[in-house]
Amino acid sequence: MAAAPAFDGLAVGDIVAEHSFALTRDSLVRYAGASGDFNAIHYRDDVAREVGLPGVLAHGMLTMGFAVQPVVDWVGDPGRVADYQVRFTRPVVVDPQLGAVVSVIAKVGQLDADTRVARIDLTVKVGDETVLGKAQARVSLD
Amino acid sequence: MNPELQGRVFPPTEPYLVGREKVREFARAVFATNAINLDPEAARAAGYDDVVAPPTFAVVVQEHTLAQLLAEPDAGIDFARVVHGDQRFTSTRPIVAGDLLTATLTVSSVKTLGPHSMVTAESSITDAAGTHVVTAISTLVVRGDE
Repeated sequence: MAAAPAFDGLAVGDIVAEHSFALTRDSLVRYAGASGDFNAIHYRDDVAREVGLPGVLAHGMLTMGFAVQPVVDWVGDPGRVADYQVRFTRPVVVDPQLGAVVSVIAKVGQLDADTRVARIDLTVKVGDETVLGKAQARVSLD
Repeated sequence: MNPELQGRVFPPTEPYLVGREKVREFARAVFATNAINLDPEAARAAGYDDVVAPPTFAVVVQEHTLAQLLAEPDAGIDFARVVHGDQRFTSTRPIVAGDLLTATLTVSSVKTLGPHSMVTAESSITDAAGTHVVTAISTLVVRGDE
């Protein structure tokens, strides 16, 4: 297994990971089953329309869940993510045919030399629109 | 909604046993590819007893506490009007398959913003030994009539 990146080699502003996720309606059904969140706005167009939404939405917690995965892969161990927070700023509409593509860029936002914890700031977008605000993961490094 | 909810502590939820296949199912659903999430051998090689849950897995356990909150008779929360505002997980250690977890909900704040309310719910999740594993914090926005 790859060793975790060295804390001392990092600088604020470094891009540590980038990835795009192609979501489909299947992704939403799979997440509904795995998480137990069966709110119908995440798989039924008629229900989404009834409550005034532009379409079926991805679960906010699904977006939060995959947005941190590029950081997990970079750091090499999911157990190193000690703290993770997001704000849900804009819903992700998932078209039945086209799906939705969510891009993630992970950048070093802050370094705490005493605890050797790096704050990784995530930019999470669909096209030009940010869907998660203040998305920050704190990872413990050696 | 009822401002007197602020500070209320709910009874601990029924213990939740974290299953290996549940962790793997959840990991696939959030596009996790790290072997420590999926392969018990890789997890053991990294020093864990079994597969490690992704950072947001605690939501599965937290969900039971949010159900308690929504079901509270005097809370006055209409589920159809609830929007998830923000979410945080602060861990002492990662969740690992085999953990027996219990969650205790505290309503840490209730605020009113015009017709809307904002409630912050903190679920402290502990293992079978009573040791802290992770705290899941949700801010829910309850939309009022404009």
